[in-house]
Amino acid sequence: MRNHVWRPLYVALGIVVLVLIVRTLVVPKDFGVHERGYMYGWHRKSDEQFWKAVKVKYKTSEYCKDCHRDKYDDIRNSPHARIMCENCHGPALSHPDDPPTLTIDQSRELCVRCHLYLPYQTSGRGKIRGIDPETHHPEVECTLCHWPHNPTREAKK
Amino acid sequence: MISRRNFCKKSMLLVGGVALPLAAFELFNPKKLMADKSDEAKVRWVFLVDTNKCTGCGFCVRACKIENETPYDANVSRTWVERYVLTRDGMTYIDSPKAARDGFKTSKIDQGEGKFKEIKGEEIDKAFFVPKLCNQCENPPCVQVCPVGATYQTADGVVLVDRSWCIGCGYCIMGCPYGVRFFHPVYHVAEKCNFCYHRISRGMKTACVDACPFDARKIGNIKDPNDPVTRIIMTERVNILKEEYGTKPQVFYLGLTKEVK
Repeated sequence: MRNHVWRPLYVALGIVVLVLIVRTLVVPKDFGVHERGYMYGWHRKSDEQFWKAVKVKYKTSEYCKDCHRDKYDDIRNSPHARIMCENCHGPALSHPDDPPTLTIDQSRELCVRCHLYLPYQTSGRGKIRGIDPETHHPEVECTLCHWPHNPTREAKK
Repeated sequence: MISRRNFCKKSMLLVGGVALPLAAFELFNPKKLMADKSDEAKVRWVFLVDTNKCTGCGFCVRACKIENETPYDANVSRTWVERYVLTRDGMTYIDSPKAARDGFKTSKIDQGEGKFKEIKGEEIDKAFFVPKLCNQCENPPCVQVCPVGATYQTADGVVLVDRSWCIGCGYCIMGCPYGVRFFHPVYHVAEKCNFCYHRISRGMKTACVDACPFDARKIGNIKDPNDPVTRIIMTERVNILKEEYGTKPQVFYLGLTKEVK
């Protein structure tokens, strides 16, 4: 056969070779089929490290315990024992280095997350003592009368 | 004598019947699930939600958004809490204002488009809250549809998204039967709950589990028979969402009703 018939084939082969070269340069070394097989485990392995390295913001109450023992014990022996410190004080991050102080959320919005009365007897919500925030002293913060670390005690004046 | 029409009809029915997989007739059985997981991996993360305990406070959603840096005021979230109110006249009302980030601040049901429905206590048959999050399916459809290998399942069963590899085509968002995926408003790639992979890999619990004051959320390792979560899944009446899809979700629910499924 004459040469001009083969020429397009050489061009096509050249493109294939070019794509393969570019592919080896662009696709990372750790990209491939991993533990979960081709259907579910085809990925870049090092991305798992990226997700493992995400910074922990919420350190849990165990992190607060050593320095703030009095407050930790206070709330542990109250009906609010199950609420972790950071739910009201915000994430600890790298406290006390950064931020040096945490916030204190005393807003009514925080308390009504649980204590807005909802007549849902078939859920845990119906069993919580609740109020109607529109009629229950709407002008003041809850902490004026209720001590949040131990609601059975009166607020510190 | 059988007519041509009847013959065609009957043979189509037969073919249809034969094509139905046996799995379609199978009911959900956690023991079988455990056997499925008899591969050599030591850890398989599972989640347990107790809808009887959830009070809709929304601390889990807030903790999740901050922990995982989901923009706080954007209307997207890796986890959310749904409120179900079933009335005596047979209606079901469902809402999740701002994914319940601030809890449920009113008894009125948010019906969208600025409309709210007030339901009186005596009209309510049952009312409850259902936290939702990624099911970390054993057969994740979102991973199957990804054309570039940007989303994948780790050896311990968590489905992750490679942010530098995702091309933002959105197939996975469409493919998820549970609607847990969304576009991250900052990175413009697919985003989803990953059981706080950075926390569970460090031996901690997820941010939502730590933030929950009512023990409504729990995380455990189903490969460990002594794990309290595994015990509950094996011995109590747990259920899963949309089991008919064959995705084998790994988030188990206590107190699930047909309205939620």
